[in-house]
Amino acid sequence: MSDQTTAAADAMAAGSAGVDDTEPKRLRVRGIMADGRPRSLTAIITMTVLCVLWTVPTIGLLITSVRDRDSQAETGWWTALGTGGWTFDNYRGVFDRAEIGTALLNSVIVAIPATIIPIMFAAFAAYAFSFMDFRGKDILFITIVAVLVVPIQVAFQPLLNFFGPNGLGISGQFIAVWILHTGFGMPLAIYTLRNYMATLPKTVIESAKIDGATHFQTFWRLIVPMSVPVIAAFAILQYLWVWNDLLIAKLFLSTDNATVIVKLQGLLGAQGQGTELLPAGAFISMVLPMVVFFTLQRFFVRGLTSGAVKG
Amino acid sequence: MTAGTGNTVDVEGAAPGEPLPPEDETLNGGAGPSADPDAANPTKILVGLVGMVVVGWFVANASLSFAYYPEWFANSKILIGLVALAVGVGGAYFFFYFLNMLVEGLPGRLSRGLMPYAFLAPGYGLIALMLLYPAIQTINYSFANADATEYVGLDNYREVLGSDAFQSAILNNILWLIIVPAVTVLFGVIVAVLADKLSTTGEKASKSIIFLPMAISFVGASTIWLLVYQFDPANEDATGLLNAIWRGLGGDPQSWLQHSGVRLNSILMMVILIWLQVGFAMILLSSAIKGVPEDTLEAARIDGASELQIFFRVVIPQIKGTIITVFITVVILVLKVFDIVYVLTDGRDKTQVIANLFFAKLFRDSQSGQASAIVVILLIAVTPVLIYQVRHFRKEELGR
Repeated sequence: MSDQTTAAADAMAAGSAGVDDTEPKRLRVRGIMADGRPRSLTAIITMTVLCVLWTVPTIGLLITSVRDRDSQAETGWWTALGTGGWTFDNYRGVFDRAEIGTALLNSVIVAIPATIIPIMFAAFAAYAFSFMDFRGKDILFITIVAVLVVPIQVAFQPLLNFFGPNGLGISGQFIAVWILHTGFGMPLAIYTLRNYMATLPKTVIESAKIDGATHFQTFWRLIVPMSVPVIAAFAILQYLWVWNDLLIAKLFLSTDNATVIVKLQGLLGAQGQGTELLPAGAFISMVLPMVVFFTLQRFFVRGLTSGAVKG
Repeated sequence: MTAGTGNTVDVEGAAPGEPLPPEDETLNGGAGPSADPDAANPTKILVGLVGMVVVGWFVANASLSFAYYPEWFANSKILIGLVALAVGVGGAYFFFYFLNMLVEGLPGRLSRGLMPYAFLAPGYGLIALMLLYPAIQTINYSFANADATEYVGLDNYREVLGSDAFQSAILNNILWLIIVPAVTVLFGVIVAVLADKLSTTGEKASKSIIFLPMAISFVGASTIWLLVYQFDPANEDATGLLNAIWRGLGGDPQSWLQHSGVRLNSILMMVILIWLQVGFAMILLSSAIKGVPEDTLEAARIDGASELQIFFRVVIPQIKGTIITVFITVVILVLKVFDIVYVLTDGRDKTQVIANLFFAKLFRDSQSGQASAIVVILLIAVTPVLIYQVRHFRKEELGR
């Protein structure tokens, strides 16, 4: 990893002139980097160690997932190159025997509406907090900040009754989970969106008002397009949270509608037969969020750091 | 989002007031287009009100039909999902559209006064329904018996507070609270500072690697680390990495997750949460560190301060706000920690935590009264965090 890092740095074409030429000499190793900053050996070594620590467990899972049952049980995954036992049967098995395909589909069906719908409601509230003056504005927003801390466990028992057969009778169906995620995601959505909108220039709104635009028009034509970065950031956060959620899915979805995380938890609890499927199942459950996360990482980081989550 | 914006164009393309239901046209003729913008516009009020009711009725019934009549959607989950997305997004759009119309139709001053509340109402309605009402109901249940048929006073609290399981859970939660947020922030700072000293490519790559676990679920992460903590008896090869290293150092194979001495098993589970959260801490801290003005660092260097002094005396004070934000976020997360403990030990071997105890009481023991009491205690436990969070927020707001 260290070689990679330094090689990459060396390969970098002409960088901008450095400004940090006053860095202490003791950190200087083999001159300076392409962008003119001094190379720090401490940083390179520590970061390499941390990166190895952070990746090895996942690599272990990946390798274990492509080894057969006996190899998994008898030898460590780090010996796999020598001992063999490679197979893709676990992946086949997890689709055939554990029906993870259905679970994946269920997860997608749960996640997409539960990600998008909260944003609709939250954006209007965030707009009101950012661009309108009204009585009780402070106290109402403080309520949001406070509710952010409330554990969702407080809601389970009453809502299980409310959605259950003696109430609405929607428990076990997707609609129950969509409603729950919309409700539970609402405080963070309003909070995040409002913090970002508060940084937008007020003059834009004023001039729109002078042009005779109503709040509804200003919201759609100006504020929503300007808030795309934070909407994307919140959407990623909410998507990860919904996809990775165990508790709500386990309590409010029937077995037919179980998500991939619930399925994985079932595999984890299984003893004996089928344990070799667990690593493959775990890996499948991670693929989609990782892809989304990596392709949209830039939005996510920008949204997180542009005053969105910072309180 | 695209669907919503698409709708905007359609609706606003049609001039307001054009597509009116027939019964409103007479009304419109009666009132006429009002010249005074501050006067009430009964047409708008009526259309807005009728529209809201119709949209609300439609969304509610469509939602219930997903659960009651899946055959309407050819029993296809995908179709239900797509229709729900359209109903949810479109419903929210049109509900706000008509709500806006209704409020605009009111006399000027009333309209301006009510508009903000109209924008807030749906979001707050959901929070009230999903969080506030259930919270009050849970407090109510906490004074009732196991199946919520009779009030039993403080019995549940007495029972819960006196039980060994609960005391053990509290102790563990305190341990989690002491260790996880502090270590996460510490690692976050270390990574943020050191990554900043790497080349651009190195920084990007290392940050991505440390950030990656953020995409992994607690259950997935538990699976990953279960492989690391795997136990095999001494007469077999080690398949868990930790035991392999431990044996390499000359130790006997350990069943790590059953090892409750010095709460080692709890600490090993904390490692998982830290592993998941450092990336998040790093991202926020890194952006804060990069935001420290260069001239403050330069001034310190001219005064002859060492890099360490500069870090502790110049950088840390300037990123304190972000450190607190990250710390609180992790504290909130830790208070609710459930999944990791639930799937790995389910509270065995002295690893119980409050959220898992709640789950066990509610579903395994069917003690809804005691379960509610546990949540209420959890709610009380988060109150100081809540107050601190509000104060911190207010302070940051002043600095905006």
